[in-house]
Amino acid sequence: MQRIGVFVCHCGSNIAATVDVKRVVETVKKEQGVVHAEDYPYMCSEAGQALIAAAIKEKNLGGIVVCSCSPRMHEATFRKAAERAGLNPYMVEIANIREHCSWIHKDMEEATEKAVILARAAIAKVHLNSHLQPGESLVTKRALVIGGGIAGIQTALDIAEAGYEVDIVEKTPSIGGRMSQLDKTFPTLDCSACILTPKMVDAAAHEKINLYTYSEVESVSGFVGNFSVDIRKKARFVDMNKCTGCGLCQEKCPSKKAKSEFNRGLNTRSAIYTPFAQAIPNVPVIDTESCVKMKTGKCGLCEKVCQAGAIDYSQKDEIITEKYGAIVVATGFDTINLDQYGEYAYNESPDVITSLELERVMNAAGPTKGHLERLSDGKAPKEIVFIQCVGSRCDDHRGKPYCSKICCMYTAKHAMLIRDKYPDVNVTVFYIDVRTPGKNFDEFYRRAVEEYGVNYIKGQVGKVVPQPDGSLLVQGSDLLDGKQIKMRADMVVLATAIEPEAGVRKIATMLTASIDTNNFLTEAHPKLRPVESPTAGVFLSGVCQGPKDIPETVSQAGAAAVKVIGLLAKDKLLTNPCTAESDTLLCNGCSVCQNVCPYGAIGYEDKEVNDHGIRETRRVAVVNSALCQGCGACTVACPSGAMDLKGFSNRQILAEVDAICR
Amino acid sequence: MPVEKEFRPKIVAFCCNWCSYAGADLAGSSRLGYPADVKIIRVPCSCRVNPMFILRAFEKGADGVILCGCHPGDCHYSTGNYYARRRMTLLFSLLDYLGVEEGRTRVEWVSAAEGVKFSTVMNEFVDKIRSLGENVRLGDLRCKN
Amino acid sequence: MSKHDAEMIREISGVNPLKCMKCGKCSATCPAYDEMDIKPHQFVSYVLRGDIEALADSKSLWKCLSCFACIERCPRNVEPAKLIDAARQAVIRQRGNEADLSPDEIPALLDEKTPQQLLVSAFRRYRR
Repeated sequence: MQRIGVFVCHCGSNIAATVDVKRVVETVKKEQGVVHAEDYPYMCSEAGQALIAAAIKEKNLGGIVVCSCSPRMHEATFRKAAERAGLNPYMVEIANIREHCSWIHKDMEEATEKAVILARAAIAKVHLNSHLQPGESLVTKRALVIGGGIAGIQTALDIAEAGYEVDIVEKTPSIGGRMSQLDKTFPTLDCSACILTPKMVDAAAHEKINLYTYSEVESVSGFVGNFSVDIRKKARFVDMNKCTGCGLCQEKCPSKKAKSEFNRGLNTRSAIYTPFAQAIPNVPVIDTESCVKMKTGKCGLCEKVCQAGAIDYSQKDEIITEKYGAIVVATGFDTINLDQYGEYAYNESPDVITSLELERVMNAAGPTKGHLERLSDGKAPKEIVFIQCVGSRCDDHRGKPYCSKICCMYTAKHAMLIRDKYPDVNVTVFYIDVRTPGKNFDEFYRRAVEEYGVNYIKGQVGKVVPQPDGSLLVQGSDLLDGKQIKMRADMVVLATAIEPEAGVRKIATMLTASIDTNNFLTEAHPKLRPVESPTAGVFLSGVCQGPKDIPETVSQAGAAAVKVIGLLAKDKLLTNPCTAESDTLLCNGCSVCQNVCPYGAIGYEDKEVNDHGIRETRRVAVVNSALCQGCGACTVACPSGAMDLKGFSNRQILAEVDAICR
Repeated sequence: MPVEKEFRPKIVAFCCNWCSYAGADLAGSSRLGYPADVKIIRVPCSCRVNPMFILRAFEKGADGVILCGCHPGDCHYSTGNYYARRRMTLLFSLLDYLGVEEGRTRVEWVSAAEGVKFSTVMNEFVDKIRSLGENVRLGDLRCKN
Repeated sequence: MSKHDAEMIREISGVNPLKCMKCGKCSATCPAYDEMDIKPHQFVSYVLRGDIEALADSKSLWKCLSCFACIERCPRNVEPAKLIDAARQAVIRQRGNEADLSPDEIPALLDEKTPQQLLVSAFRRYRR
């Protein structure tokens, strides 16, 4: 029987307003083994922790229960406090009377009663806690960044600058990501390529950074500090070491009908291609779907013209296995598919385009060489309509419930750039709200209205109808004037919602990182740990975590890098001591536990046992505590009840069940 | 005639540490209420829940037991929730056979981002248990007061 | 009509007007917009204010075609046409059942392409 102390936190009024803390203290004092109980306004404060330490020493406590917020919040804090006072940190249990009690109940009587029961369960458990010691594991001093956009590049640069090796895995043939597709950036209007290309070059030239372009993560195993990752390097059919990047092959390639991914399918590219002129690495890949040689066996022009002899049609995909201490996800975004939005006539008219397509149209390297023209007939538009919130803030099956965050600003940018370059073009923006929270953002939007004369109308567009004369009829509402507007437009630009890149769910599953219903990766804490995944050793950078613009992405990328550096700077990590343990006397060596273990942490040894005086050698399960992650699958699978989980033992959980049902 | 006391069921919720417990925390910080009858026990993974724990809960007088884990495919330990799902499917049908109605037991997937779902599920479950009334099967008479 | 009716309209329609974010997509979509005195996006505020009397007296109530374009396109599932439909029902219930359109007249009006919903709403519209 332990000597137990119970500490009840008011959390200001967060707990005390709904739970009668004094009554909790008085009630738990009557529990078996409780020799000390007190309350304090902020138990997590330094004074509160000192209170706990003092009680541990004075009352010679063998275990403590803190009734406070979620253990996910402050369990570590109280464990450290206990350790400083000389108590094994695993002799601490938390009763969650805030998130699971005071915050969700209104009736004081009911909440207090529940708080007492939760405290009882924790007391019952702590009686059975044992002194656990964490083990140690080594840290592989190398990081993996998945995704080579601005988020991934910045994270990799920051980690590399601190002196650690970083690999970037990028699925397209070049790093650069979405930012490389943008023409200008808000709110300063500098050219996207001009600020991105130097960073791409830095990343490629950095001795600590290694690029795996045209590659994808195939599988991930291991745990924080010791991940093992298989990377599939897709066959480029071009030897990276020989290619000089002269571009002759692309010029001579006879198959030029493949849609250019980089230009959002607005024009075509050759079968052997680099996505864009500043691509890094500047080594083309052969697209097997459109290559004549690959399809028919005849052609081979690129091989003939290549003076470096870099073309190699026999190349195969290659699997590289590498070890990492930390993994950063920076997979980015795409715009949503608009098939469901028939009213905007996106699939019917080439003059209805998304904003990302407009970026390509406005770009000098784009399909129109930077001239603003209608994609249907190449004529210069006179009337352009922008529609905001296309698929964003839609609570229905067609769109996304969230705000895509960047659209208000880039639409203001587009409108401004068009009015600046083509003052005779009228620009109308239909909006629901204009959201401009950011440094110099609202000023930017106001400039579009006040200096550039962009016509903003509050109201949505109900339909866009292509007219026989090639123009578009836009029918929208002006809510402020209470009118329905029918206007003619030459071009319509849709501020299409963004969504996480399609492959992210697969990656999240491989990393066992949690992901929400919109496919955004979940952060460990929405405010205090925004760049860490709940899975140890996995970090988040950029839009994969939630919509954000470039400055925010770069800041988050840096923050993720700091977290990675902090991890890699350690030589050893303390491992969770809550691992499985087999009772050699009960184990019959049946191997069931080994089959359910996802980590291969269970092996078998011949051990001498003394079973009621009979000495014999038996084959018994042995858990490798460095590999065991403490899920407990084996404990339930074990038919003889030999396997148990430290920290969450059968007896401990049963004691909690008993206390709750008492 | 004595006034019948309002039936307050005893409900035990096993929540995995990585998804559902965090989902319950989110329900709390978002102030999404559910009845106080639900008491949560934290386990590392839904696969840690031994059928024995659930039997014990009913034996000790619980009126309903719910097990919450990560969504299939999202388990922190890769495969734990699949084991939990299989075990509970078997256990629950056995319990039903023994007279503990299927409505008293439930498995639900709640992610760390689904505070709303956690609260909705708990409200529904408590309503269900209230409509089923007190659990009279499996209870150990010695546990009754 | 009163607050009570506003409650009834919410109940009949099953619509939560609080979800509306005033984007105007319903009014932008509506083919009968020009004929209406209270515009589709305004229905919600009338119901929220409990000003059902104005809604009941409005032309809009009988001009809505029940084409459901607004329901189809509303990004927040507020579904203004359902509110109108509910208001119509409320008015008709109050007036009693002196139907102007009788079921016997229907077969003559039918053609294969007529959606059933149009008939139902026609009953409500031509019963005044």
